[in-house]
Amino acid sequence: MSASHTWSQSYTTFVGRKLILFFQALYGLLAFGLITFGVIFTKLTFAHRVIRPLVFRQLYRAGLGVLPMIIFLALSLGLIIIGQTVSLLNRVGATQYLGTVMVTVVVRELGPMLTAFIVLLRTGTATVVELGTARALGEVEALEVLGIDPVHYFVVPRVLGMGLGLLALTIYMNLGALLSGYIWAFVQDVPLTPAEYFQQLAQSLRWIDFVVLALKALMFGAATAVVTCYHGLAQPLRLEEVPRATVRAVAQTVIAIALIDALFIVIYLTA
Amino acid sequence: MDALEMSGVDVVSLRRPDTVVLHDVNWIVQEGDYWAVGGLLGTGKSDLLATAAGLVPVAGGVFRIYGKEIAAGYEQDLIEARLKVGMVFDGGRLLNHLSVLENVALPLQYHENLTVAQCHDRAASLLEMAGLADYTSRMPGTINRRLQQRAGLARALALRPKVLLLDNPLSGLDPREALWWLTFLDQLSGTGTTLVMAADDFRPLHGRARQFAVLKDRRFLALGTREELGRHSEPLLRELLHD
Repeated sequence: MSASHTWSQSYTTFVGRKLILFFQALYGLLAFGLITFGVIFTKLTFAHRVIRPLVFRQLYRAGLGVLPMIIFLALSLGLIIIGQTVSLLNRVGATQYLGTVMVTVVVRELGPMLTAFIVLLRTGTATVVELGTARALGEVEALEVLGIDPVHYFVVPRVLGMGLGLLALTIYMNLGALLSGYIWAFVQDVPLTPAEYFQQLAQSLRWIDFVVLALKALMFGAATAVVTCYHGLAQPLRLEEVPRATVRAVAQTVIAIALIDALFIVIYLTA
Repeated sequence: MDALEMSGVDVVSLRRPDTVVLHDVNWIVQEGDYWAVGGLLGTGKSDLLATAAGLVPVAGGVFRIYGKEIAAGYEQDLIEARLKVGMVFDGGRLLNHLSVLENVALPLQYHENLTVAQCHDRAASLLEMAGLADYTSRMPGTINRRLQQRAGLARALALRPKVLLLDNPLSGLDPREALWWLTFLDQLSGTGTTLVMAADDFRPLHGRARQFAVLKDRRFLALGTREELGRHSEPLLRELLHD
């Protein structure tokens, strides 16, 4: 058998195996997501005295707790993107496109996506480690034997907390970036009054931007929670497998966020 | 009345659900029984108890708790049947993000929808009964394994189960701590609670447990009552009694 034939055969096997693993992961994630949303709706008010404080705790961790970093990044984003863009558009005499560029780049895309990545890094990774450790130490079985559904106790608060937290943080990120952008432009002596700047932004924003932004942020948050909880909770884990599960969860969440974003680009283009 | 009933049950491993660890288990635990289930390390004692607690579905056969056939899931009627069975894990398996008191209060809060303050008294009295009154606000990681296991016992009793399964609670204990457990379980058995204890040494249970069984070669072998134990010829029994 020739070397090239052996190589192509092993390459095909490699690709085939990867594809099977991809579809298995996708199937597992979708099933886990559906189960989670089923539990949210069927146990909406059940044990609310236990679940509600957990939701608030997760909301704090994925919202208020991340806010200082979001503010810092919003200032940086304002400097890097907006300050530079305003300056550039002013130089080529195209400041009338400022609002469109800001809304397209920051409000629709960079703001929500950057926020989602920060929440993934700060809260999502911690979720995999926490749940993976709980799973490896047998805490999940301890919950089950008490008749407590681990999805209800561990996953539902995280989905709600991360969804709402990411929505709030995205709003702060966008507002912070747009405001700081103007400040950086002002520092660069760009002849643009605040009234003109905000008028352009207002003219570029449509009602669909608000709806899609809210939906996108909620879906980014929910997807982050579902994927990270799935990798921490859904399969038997040993302690030494937790770091690998965390790496897998981060990679798959980034893919999930990119896919959701692509879906919303299609919605924008067709709306 | 039959509290637990297994007919022709194939028990799978809790950690590897595709592996059958015990074949064709036929076992009836009646109300008020005090079973000691022995076996060498890795023979499936924990998996048998996990199955009896409804944690893992059976691979074959029929398993019933108080007449209700048990399947996986969280439907209300299944939960009601499963809550009749409590379980004390080896080492307690407390939730590490909750304090000792919150661990014990959790099942009460969840199933009876109470606040921590509302179920504080009941949880505190359970912890006092377990000798943990001074440890209520401590986190599980800050107390030793012996105390964690006692807290696990208090938590298992919070919902007043009719059957209590104990996964090798005497393992690694000093004689004084082992005596505390045995005395406590004797009292519990005296109140009518059905007990099933996994053990790798029958000596402490001789004269206390009333029914005995061993796990050997992937089989469940009921040895009978304590009177019948002395007449049994099972070689593993001699090892578990250290004869």
